[in-house]
Amino acid sequence: MITLPEVLSLAALIFCISVAGIFINRKNVLILLMCIELMLLSVNMNFIAFSHFLGDVHGQVFVFFILTVAAAEAAIGLAILIVLFRKKNSINVDDLRSMKG
Amino acid sequence: MIEQIVFYLFAAMLIFSASMVVVSRNPVHAALFLILSFFATSAVWLILQAEFLAITLVLVYVGAVMVLFLFVVMMLDINQVVVKEGFARHVPIGVGIAILMVIAMGLVVGSDYFLAEPYIAKEQLDPNYSNARELGLAIYSKYLFQFEIAGIILLVAIIAAITLSMSKVKINKSINPDKQVFVKKQDRLRVIKMAAEKKDSEA
Repeated sequence: MITLPEVLSLAALIFCISVAGIFINRKNVLILLMCIELMLLSVNMNFIAFSHFLGDVHGQVFVFFILTVAAAEAAIGLAILIVLFRKKNSINVDDLRSMKG
Repeated sequence: MIEQIVFYLFAAMLIFSASMVVVSRNPVHAALFLILSFFATSAVWLILQAEFLAITLVLVYVGAVMVLFLFVVMMLDINQVVVKEGFARHVPIGVGIAILMVIAMGLVVGSDYFLAEPYIAKEQLDPNYSNARELGLAIYSKYLFQFEIAGIILLVAIIAAITLSMSKVKINKSINPDKQVFVKKQDRLRVIKMAAEKKDSEA
């Protein structure tokens, strides 16, 4: 039998790996978007683990909605990325400072 | 026992592919490893008896989102040298923060709290139990309004993606009606005075 802490630790590990990825890949917005997808995946895994171990299907409904929003986010993010690449000819995070943030 | 072995196998695969997504220099390799990690995740979800969502993950993510990612990776002409530089400089801070987060999260999820009574899964489910049916009953009754909002979010995403990526250069030959109304005969038609030419047979 799998126990809840095992699944939760797996999700936490994936989340930490993707956080490290956001720090490491500062030069490539594309890989940053992939890291965000991985983060959402680990959060979804938490929801499914609790849904399984508590015997409650409502956690899976949440995962369903998160998947929807993540798909929309990926589509819009990639569209913005394409516009950005057309304008700046680069996807380096350091080049994206026109807002002076 | 066998359940645990399969779980650890796919967990190891997931961790490996997630780390490869992070460290691989080539964005195409990163995207392909991300696909592998989605497959591993879907296997883990199958072990956790979330069949419908596991299949949805493969269909929606691997079938649609990752194909979109791969399209974008291939369309952008990325300068590999620029993408690589500064990699080693950011590794220590990234790994340091990740280790800190692992310790913090491990203290939370590793405690005995989650081994206690409410978090023990039921041993056997009813043989006629259908995960998709249960999920559908919840979505289409209790969460109907939220489900419709999810549809609207997808519609907004479609419109936003098309509007953003549509270039300002016109690619079709549609007529601008505003300009068409104001066209005058002199703008289009030019009458030229010239001598009549004779046909070869008459000459």
